[in-house]
Amino acid sequence: MQYVIIGNSAAGIAAVEGIRQTDKNGKIIIISDEPHHTYARPLISYLLLQKTTEEKMKYRADDFYEKNHCQVLLGTKVTAIQPEKKSIRLSDGKEIAYDKLLLATGAIPFVLPVPGLDSVENTFTFMSLDDARKLGKALHKKARVLILGGGLIGLKCAEGILQRVGQVTVVDLAPGILSSILDSDGAKIVQDHLEKQGMRFKLGQGIKSLDKNVATLDSGEQLEFDIFVMAVGVRPNIDLFKAIGPVGKGIPVNERMETSCPDIYAAGDCTESLDISSGQRKMLALLPNAYMQGEGAGINMAGGEAYFDKAMPMNAIGFFGLHVLTAGSYLGETYSLKDEYGYKKLFYEENLNGYILIGPIEKAGIYTHLIRDKVPLATLDFDLIRQKPGLMAFTKEERSKKLGGVSR
Amino acid sequence: MKRVYVNEKWCLGCHLCEFYCAFANTGEKDMAQALKDLKINPRIKIEEQNGISFAVSCRHCREPFCVKACISGALQANDGVITIDKDKCIGCCTCILSCPFGAVAVSEEGVVQKCELCVQTHEGTPRCVEGCPNNAIVFEERG
Repeated sequence: MQYVIIGNSAAGIAAVEGIRQTDKNGKIIIISDEPHHTYARPLISYLLLQKTTEEKMKYRADDFYEKNHCQVLLGTKVTAIQPEKKSIRLSDGKEIAYDKLLLATGAIPFVLPVPGLDSVENTFTFMSLDDARKLGKALHKKARVLILGGGLIGLKCAEGILQRVGQVTVVDLAPGILSSILDSDGAKIVQDHLEKQGMRFKLGQGIKSLDKNVATLDSGEQLEFDIFVMAVGVRPNIDLFKAIGPVGKGIPVNERMETSCPDIYAAGDCTESLDISSGQRKMLALLPNAYMQGEGAGINMAGGEAYFDKAMPMNAIGFFGLHVLTAGSYLGETYSLKDEYGYKKLFYEENLNGYILIGPIEKAGIYTHLIRDKVPLATLDFDLIRQKPGLMAFTKEERSKKLGGVSR
Repeated sequence: MKRVYVNEKWCLGCHLCEFYCAFANTGEKDMAQALKDLKINPRIKIEEQNGISFAVSCRHCREPFCVKACISGALQANDGVITIDKDKCIGCCTCILSCPFGAVAVSEEGVVQKCELCVQTHEGTPRCVEGCPNNAIVFEERG
């Protein structure tokens, strides 16, 4: 059996771990266009913040490939999949045969075609270790940094560099920051916190045009900058698959992570997933989903049975010590609590649909469990659990299963 | 594999497990000395209300969401024991978001901490179980 995995990040690595749960001997070939040992991609902002190092941010130990008998082709680009021949083609023309193929090609930064972008000298995206290295080299104490995009990537980048530059200004079309995961009250709390650290925001407007080191905003205001970071979001990296099969918001897969082509699987940010908290198919570019999809794909590629039907949005993010945890969809009735310690908002119908926690985050995973496993709220003490997540709110029988039973 | 299991009806709510846990993780020899003036932040914690109490610590799940979700690779399962590499952890708290038992928490160092069954500090039965006066937590094989 020959497994080929395109992608060396969370989904690809998880697939190796999935395959090796059942098949200890099959040959695994990992191909990545990045030249690096597998690294924890979301840690690039912590690298700039100097809270980790390139050594520490390795996603798996140095001997991972060796221990798992993987052949690794780094800095190698795949140019085509040839399903009729069950092979892939590399940029140097070589072909590699597969019995089972996994596309774990991730996402790529979306570059908004702002008029004048070509005239900007110091422009960066923020998605890879190489991006972080390049940006890190460009930073200096007096640099004025302009970041387009006040979402997860833009703000983590801003946090990572704030102390190393003169000023950071974030521009976003949305009226509030982190608009994909926070409501307006939550966004305000986090924005206040970031402003106290020295970050500046220009919200509810985009950049009309760029001219070398001057940005003109929609309002007409002009901002001078030295470094420009494009962080408006990501799109699934689906080009390889697009040539051989239909795509939607990403590569469509079933619960076994199979694509529409036989023996070709896909996992991670390049796929579109069914979000169980909203019932919608969407791109969920999140590491936990990538891992679980990749592991499931690997188990299935090796002949096992794994179903991943628990995808949903979930984000743990923090800025200068303020934790922000969110999950699920913001549908239904709400319960909210705001005090000097932080902010909580729960969204529910018969089940918990989603939550936002800012500040106190203890035991948040119990809320995540309620969403993921669609626990009927009528079966527990909701008055208690909405104030304080804990196992106390479950029935004695349920608790006895959780704490005395065989582990899940 | 042996794990810590909870017998809720025998829990006295005495919190001794929390003190033993904190002691085990100081690495000191003498408990009184080790815990003197220390505000403890144990990895096992009692939940209590209206006369009901029970201890909660990591279940060492076979399908550990915390490990799968960990964005840094700091959480790993080693022979079934879920451990945290504090050097790699950057304190993002994705594990806290993921754990269905509420058994992972933030430590004083700004990273996360969780029960590691005393594998780093103490051979054999975990200290919390040794110190429980009423068998409300036990360390055993349950399949």
